[in-house]
Amino acid sequence: MLEIKNLHARIGDNEILKGLDLTIPLGEVHAIMGPNGSGKSTLSYVLSGKPDYEVTEGSATFDGQDILALAPEERAAAGVFLAFQYPIEIPGVANMTFLRAAMNAQRKTRGEEEISTPDFLKLVRAKAPDLGITQDMLRRGVNVGFSGGEKKRNEILQMALLQPRLCILDETDSGLDIDALKVVAQGVNALRSPDRAMLVITHYQRLLDHIVPDVVHVMHKGRIVRSGGAELALELEESGYAAYGQNAA
Amino acid sequence: MPAVQETVERVRALDVDQYKYGFVTDIESEKAPKGLSEDTIRYISAKKNEPEWMLDWRLQAYRRWLTMPEPTWARVSYPKIDFQDYYYYSAPKAAPKSIDEINPEILKTYEKLGIPLRERDALLGIESSGGSRVAVDAVFDSVSVATTFKAELAKAGVIFMPISEAIREHPDLVKAYLGSVVPVSDNFYATLNSAVFSDGSFVYIPKGVRCPMELSTYFRINERNTGQFERTLIIADEGAYVSYLEGCTAPQRDENQLHAAVVELVAMKDAEIKYSTVQNWYPGDKDGKGGIYNFVTKRGDCRGDNSKISWTQVETGSAITWKYPSCILRGDNSQGEFYSIAISNGYQQVDSGTKMIHLGKNTSSRIISKGIAAGHSENTYRGLVSAHRKATGARNFTNCDSLLIGDRCGAHTVPYMEAKNASAQFEHEATTSKISEDQLFYCLQRGLSQEEAVALIVNGFVRDVLQQLPMEFAVEAQKLIAVSLEGSVG
Repeated sequence: MLEIKNLHARIGDNEILKGLDLTIPLGEVHAIMGPNGSGKSTLSYVLSGKPDYEVTEGSATFDGQDILALAPEERAAAGVFLAFQYPIEIPGVANMTFLRAAMNAQRKTRGEEEISTPDFLKLVRAKAPDLGITQDMLRRGVNVGFSGGEKKRNEILQMALLQPRLCILDETDSGLDIDALKVVAQGVNALRSPDRAMLVITHYQRLLDHIVPDVVHVMHKGRIVRSGGAELALELEESGYAAYGQNAA
Repeated sequence: MPAVQETVERVRALDVDQYKYGFVTDIESEKAPKGLSEDTIRYISAKKNEPEWMLDWRLQAYRRWLTMPEPTWARVSYPKIDFQDYYYYSAPKAAPKSIDEINPEILKTYEKLGIPLRERDALLGIESSGGSRVAVDAVFDSVSVATTFKAELAKAGVIFMPISEAIREHPDLVKAYLGSVVPVSDNFYATLNSAVFSDGSFVYIPKGVRCPMELSTYFRINERNTGQFERTLIIADEGAYVSYLEGCTAPQRDENQLHAAVVELVAMKDAEIKYSTVQNWYPGDKDGKGGIYNFVTKRGDCRGDNSKISWTQVETGSAITWKYPSCILRGDNSQGEFYSIAISNGYQQVDSGTKMIHLGKNTSSRIISKGIAAGHSENTYRGLVSAHRKATGARNFTNCDSLLIGDRCGAHTVPYMEAKNASAQFEHEATTSKISEDQLFYCLQRGLSQEEAVALIVNGFVRDVLQQLPMEFAVEAQKLIAVSLEGSVG
C-alpha cells in the first residue's frame, strides 16, 4: 500500500506539492487528473527520487517502508517504477543491454542472483511481441530513433520485465494515437494484479476508457481536491477543469 | 573464463588504494647508473651484446638529442623533467633461458594481471574463449622475459621476438627498417628513445603470410624511477597480415615515471597491420600526485600500394599522455584508420590524436575519436589530416566526440587540415556533450547505481570504437572503462 501524508515538496524556492494526501491499496489502480501545473508530474518525480526536488514536510511510505529515505536506485529495487512522460535516449547502449543491466542491478540490490542469458531472452521474447516491440527495437540504442509511440511501449516493456509493485505512469497517453493507446493500455492492464498498486497520471479521460481506474483523484495546486469513482473522469471530461480555475486545455 | 576477462576482477580484488594494479614485485634487479650520458648508452648496448653499428646508431641519436629542445606545444603541464634523475636501464638479474627459469615472483605478478604467460595457461584460455589464440611476449621492465608460441610462429615463417634478439639474429632486417618510419631525429622523445631504448618487440611477417594468431605484449613498469623506453618494429611484407595487441599496466608509484616509446609499422604492397592498445598505467593518486609520463611516438607507413594500417587505442591511464599514432599513406589506394577512446579522470592530462598524411593517389583515412573527461582532468584531441599535391582523390572522414562528466574537467579539439590538391575530400564531424542529469536519473530509476549508470552511458558513447577491438580485448577494455571512471560522479 502506498500512503502519502501531508506531502510538501519544492524545486528551488517554488513549492509545488502543498500538503498532498493519497492512499493506494495494493491491487488498485488510481488515476490522478488535473490541469497543467497542478503538480502531477512533480508527484511522480518526488516518489521516484529525482534530484532537485526537495521534500520539506510529510511522508510517503510503501508497505510501511519510508521510500523518501531511499536513494532512487533503492526505490527501484524496492519496486517503484516510473513510466516517463518523455523517455530518455541513451545512444550506443542496446535496448536489450539496458533491460538486462536494469534487471540485474535490481536483483543485486535485493541480494538475488543475476538472471541467466537464456532466462532473460525467454522473458523478453514472451513479453515483447504483445507490445509490438520488434527485434530491431531491442537491438537499437535505448529509445534512439523511436517514435513517440515506440518509446511509450518500450516503457511498458520495461515495466513488464521489472515487475514493479508500485507503477507510476506519467502521462503515458501523451503523443499516442488511438491504436498505440490501446496497445499500451492492454500492456498496463495485463500487469494489474492484487499485489501491485498503480498510479496513472493523465490530463485526459480517454486513457481511462482503456485503463479503468478504481479511484479518480483531482489534483489542483499541489493537493488532492476531490476523489471519486471512474465516473468522476467522465464528469471532468464534460465540465473541464474550469471549476479549478482553468479551462480544459 | 579466459584469463583476460578475469584480469580486472582479480586485480580489483587486491584493491590497493584507488589504483587497482598497484603492487610491486620484489625481485632483485640490475640497473645502469642513474642519469644519462654516453657511458649509460655504452652500458646498455654492452648489456645487450649489441653489434657496433647499433651502438653507433644510439650514440648518434644521443648527440642529436642533446641539441634538441623539449617540445612545449601540447596542452599538458607538468614540472620540468630532470632527465639525469632517471635510471635508463633495469633488468631482472640473470636473464632466464627458458620459461621454467623465470623468477616465480614475476610469474606471480603476471598471474595477478591474468596474463597467460605459461603456454599451458594460454592453452586453457583458448578452450574457454572459443578458439582465438594469443601469443604473449611479456616485457618485464626492460627485458623480454619469455616469448611463447615462438616455435609455432616460426613454422609460418613469422619472426616475433624481443628486438634486442632481432638486432643480433636478423641484423639485415633491423638495419633496413629501424628508424625508417620514425627517423632518429624525428622528435625529442623519439630521439631519446633511439639513444636508450631497452627492449620491445620485433615482428616480421613474410610475403603472403597471414599471421596465424594475434600477437600480444604486456608491459609493466616495476622498478622505482625507471624510464621504460620500449621500441617496437613491425613489418608486414607484401600481402601479409598481422594483428598486434599491446596491453599495459604498472604498479603504483609516488615519483613520476618517464616513458617514451617508439612504435614503427611498415606495411608493404597489399599488406595489412592492425595495432590495438589498451593502456592502463598508473594515472596518479586522487590528488594528482605521481603517475606515468607517457610520451609516445607511434607511426605506420603504408609503403606499398593497397596497404592498410589500423590503430585502435583505449587510453585510460598515465598522468600525462602525449601520443599521436599516425599513418603515412604513401602507396596508392592505401588506407589508414585511427580508432581511439581516451578517458581521463582525477588530474590526468591527455593530449592525443593522430596524423593522416596522404601522399599516394586515392588514399583514404578514417578517424573516430572518443574523448571522455571526468574529475579535474584535461582531454585534448589533436589531429592532422593532410593531402600532398600529388595525392589526388585523397579522402578523409573524421568524427571526434567528447563527453564531459562533471563540471571541473575540460575537453578540447584541435584539428589541423591541409589539402594541397583540389580533388581531396575531407569531412570533419565533432560533438561535445555532457552526461545529462536526465540520462542518469533514467538509469537510476531503473535500478542502476550511479557508477553503473555512468559506465553504461560511457560504454554506449564509445561503442563504435570498442567494436574495432578484438573480442577479448573489448571485454577487458569495457571493464577498464568502468574501473577508471569510478568515483567520477557525485
